Amino acid sequence: MSDLRDLYQQVILDHNRKPRNFRKIEDANRTAEGYNPLCGDQITLYLTVDDGVVKDAAFQGSGCAISTAAASMMTASVIGKPEAEVEALFHRVHAMLTEANGGAAEVGKLAVFAGVREFPSRIKCVTLAWHTLQAALSGVAEPVSTQ
Amino acid sequence: MTRGVSVIPLAPDTVWDVERIRKDFPALHQQVRGKPLVYLDNAATSQKPQAMIDALVAYYSFDNSNVHRGVHLLSVRATEAYEGARARIQRHLNAASTREIVFVRQATEGINLVMASFGRRFVAAEDEIVISAIEHHANIVPWQMLCEEKGARLRVIPVDDRGDLVMEEYARLLGPRTKLVAITQVSNALGTVTPIKDIIGLAHQQDIPVLVDGAQAVPHQAVDVRDLDCDFYVFSGHKAYGPTGIGVLYGKERWLERMPPFQGGGDMIKAVTFEKTTYNELPYKFEAGTPHIAGAIGLAAGLEYIAGLGLDRIRDYEHELLTYGTELLSAIPGVRLIGTARHKAAVLSFVLDGVHAHDLGTILDQQGVAIRAGHHCAMPVMQRFGVPATARASMAFYNTRAELETLAAAIEEAREIFA
Repeated sequence: MSDLRDLYQQVILDHNRKPRNFRKIEDANRTAEGYNPLCGDQITLYLTVDDGVVKDAAFQGSGCAISTAAASMMTASVIGKPEAEVEALFHRVHAMLTEANGGAAEVGKLAVFAGVREFPSRIKCVTLAWHTLQAALSGVAEPVSTQ
Repeated sequence: MTRGVSVIPLAPDTVWDVERIRKDFPALHQQVRGKPLVYLDNAATSQKPQAMIDALVAYYSFDNSNVHRGVHLLSVRATEAYEGARARIQRHLNAASTREIVFVRQATEGINLVMASFGRRFVAAEDEIVISAIEHHANIVPWQMLCEEKGARLRVIPVDDRGDLVMEEYARLLGPRTKLVAITQVSNALGTVTPIKDIIGLAHQQDIPVLVDGAQAVPHQAVDVRDLDCDFYVFSGHKAYGPTGIGVLYGKERWLERMPPFQGGGDMIKAVTFEKTTYNELPYKFEAGTPHIAGAIGLAAGLEYIAGLGLDRIRDYEHELLTYGTELLSAIPGVRLIGTARHKAAVLSFVLDGVHAHDLGTILDQQGVAIRAGHHCAMPVMQRFGVPATARASMAFYNTRAELETLAAAIEEAREIFA
């Protein structure tokens, strides 16, 4: 039960109920599609990148609470950041989720996802949005799959 | 569990002693996440009776050898055990002959065999294959591949909002272009029991052969292929209390005789020269290479076990579980059952308002309750019912009412977490 409350923290449940930046950016200059065939989670990510800086980020799609909250909080945390910093943040989030001593250092509010580490089958729910973000930044045309 | 639901009394212990039956299944007696395992993912795979596990161990411990080729005693014993398993399965399905029982890897391979062998021989451009809207991917994708290769067309029987096939539409789909009907007997995603005899009868009025996907039927009820009069019947061993990696294709001899081999290799030949190869007789023509000998023996042991319990009693007990589970889940606010066909197998596919199936699966797992969350390899079914995924509790004869109450309580907990 305590594990479950670690996983489904109030912040995550709140972002699931009211996802931030859940919209289409009409004049986005970077977009990418992400799909998790295991559970059917699907995301379309929109970015406005100007001079190497993410000026705006938004998403649409459907998924579980973890993936919806992950996409919501990711968009909120990358807006205003240079691309290189976004990339570095993703690596820190990834380490937090997958490495035994990954900790939750320097990921800010995204530390709420640290509990997902105890649920290996759910890690991809968090990383789907991030892999899609990477694809959008590097201009990958094919939809991203977590498989 | 008191929510004012009426309780259907199950058969008395003297008739169905579920606690005694559970003792036959070692995997059921374990804790997961610190809770007693409640295994409700039987449509994905069944747990295994000790008698089946013992049969595997005995084969590998004493009789292990290759079949159909040795003069030595072990090979004779292995061959007798393997062919004995075939005969056991022939009787279980009431097939006319062991020549009609082909061992494959699972239902999926059985369908692919019919697609590759029957399909490539008898299906041409502009021909049609009829399937239904509630098929597993295994009974969709092979036919799509064949249609693409041949320029043939896939026609799909629609399903109504309850999950029943629309039979009037089916009758309209059949015609001179129809070369095969391939339909599930029981839907894995919805639990729908299709009117398979009517489906076969209508097709046979126009001399159209019918393949039945029995993967979800064989574990739960008696199946008589001669009574059904189906032309092909496939099922998987691992869902029917046998091992993984073994399955069965039943085919009427008159079709199998006319079909070319599926794979080439040893065992499926009578004589090989570089000029000409003579194929072996049935069923060996379709069994290239060393078969899954232990798997066949284990599957026969699994089927023998359920036959010993009584297939009609299994069906009746599981139906009572379904009735009770349906009442429990229907009483939970926000639960919507997906699939309420008139005739249903013991499958409860459902969605819970505001809680994604994947989250529900994780929360239930923390209570030791194993269910499937996802599209159940039936993405067109999910689309038809407008849901990305469902949670699915699928029952077996070793499940109990108390386990269904644990399931219901765990769903309530998910509601509280997401409240």
